[in-house]
Amino acid sequence: MAKYLLIVDFQSGPDDAPMSAWTEQEVADHLSYYGRLNRSLEETGELLSTTILTGPDLAKVVTSDGTTTVVTDGPFPEFKEWVAGYQIVDVASEERALEIAGLVSAVPGRGGVPTQQPIQVRRVMDDGPSDPDEMAAFLESASGTP
Amino acid sequence: MQEAIITAAERWSAGGIPDRPRGWLLQTASRRMVDQWRSDAARREREVRVALAPPDGAAVHEDDTLTVLFLCCHPLLTPATAVALTLRAVGGLSTAEVARAFLVPEATMAQRISRAKAKIAGEPFRPPSPDEHPDRLRSVLRVLYLMFNEGYASSAGESLTRVELSEEAIRIARLLHASDASSPEAAGLLALMLLTDARRPARTDASGDLVPLAAQDRSLWDVDRIAEGTALLDAAIAHGVVGEYQLQAAIAALHDQAASAEATDWSQIHALYELLERVTGSPVVRLNRAVAASMLDGPAAGLAVLDGMDPTLPRIDQLRAHLHERAGEVDLALAHYRRAAGRATSTTERRHLDAQVARLTREQDPGQE
Repeated sequence: MAKYLLIVDFQSGPDDAPMSAWTEQEVADHLSYYGRLNRSLEETGELLSTTILTGPDLAKVVTSDGTTTVVTDGPFPEFKEWVAGYQIVDVASEERALEIAGLVSAVPGRGGVPTQQPIQVRRVMDDGPSDPDEMAAFLESASGTP
Repeated sequence: MQEAIITAAERWSAGGIPDRPRGWLLQTASRRMVDQWRSDAARREREVRVALAPPDGAAVHEDDTLTVLFLCCHPLLTPATAVALTLRAVGGLSTAEVARAFLVPEATMAQRISRAKAKIAGEPFRPPSPDEHPDRLRSVLRVLYLMFNEGYASSAGESLTRVELSEEAIRIARLLHASDASSPEAAGLLALMLLTDARRPARTDASGDLVPLAAQDRSLWDVDRIAEGTALLDAAIAHGVVGEYQLQAAIAALHDQAASAEATDWSQIHALYELLERVTGSPVVRLNRAVAASMLDGPAAGLAVLDGMDPTLPRIDQLRAHLHERAGEVDLALAHYRRAAGRATSTTERRHLDAQVARLTREQDPGQE
């Protein structure tokens, strides 16, 4: 099993109309699709968490040299690059993580057409090598000792 | 996956166990490989069934724990799910403990376990029939192997819980081995666990970093576990049915018996990996064979084994880096260590690889840090 972070940002798919231009029903269908998807991932025991973030308007950037902490409203990346939300899944294979990301990207938008939003898939670092065969190879290889 | 088992047609008989059992294993196993290629699949399966069946006249022992174990490792379940269910139902761990061991929330683990139970709810509560037994035993062995490795793999963080997983796998493998449901491969798996676990005290340093086999302080190895594992393996070999766990255990035993990396019987290890590669078809086994080849004939021989292999395989960069370094090709070594670090999937591994990059960079140019 390996954990993956699936990141949704504000980049649109082929249809770049903002959600405010959608009908109420389209928004409702969009959200209920996410709800159904998350429930099914909970039932399979694959969904570890799902989080929706507030918008960039509420965001702050913090820097500190160890004594003075500076809080600013920027500099910020482009709006489109903001993380909008994420899911963490724990799955049997990378193929499965990519399959789930595909389901997220296919969430319906205007007219019920899949938004095709790009989903970033990032593997979470394990505590130790998790695959036994990999681990065996790692241990038996006399790495780092010339 | 090719679940091949090499079957000896004649059991080891009047002569007793030979002086060098593992050498004998090798000869027998090679001979059986040839036989296997020549024989048709149906005949092979029949031989395996006969070889794995309990000895004639043995009382069929009804043990609920084992029945539960075989159910938990049912082939209907994915191996990872079977490991979780086995820990819960046979190991007696709480759902919270199983969840901690797998680093997932308790609710998630509860969901997985209840789904797994529902999946096997329709299965009869009885030991597998003699017909089913070989397949079902193979599933059980795979699950115990995964459980052991799940515990053995981790060295930092949740290490305490993880160690318990290995201990639990050993305990259940002992139970299985003591029962009528056992087989030479079940004994081989228990031997493999003991022979591998014997090195645990030397596997990590004070800061929790992994210590490679060659650099381990061998005086820390658990001699009792090595003795027990070796005895189990020798007895299993005497049965004449050789499979992947016995082959792996034989490799582990050869490592455990060597006074140093240099003093290791690499020639025999290389030959065992060759057999294991044929039996499992696993590219990971080939990586290990490359290590053995390099110890036998130098780094170039190891690199030659890796030629043409899939460059995205886990650990292949690390292995290439190591072999290039031994060959004195520092630039190539650094490039592969960097690539390996960029593709690392665990913090332990990443730390180890970053340290190699730093060390080589320093050695290459002592003026710069």
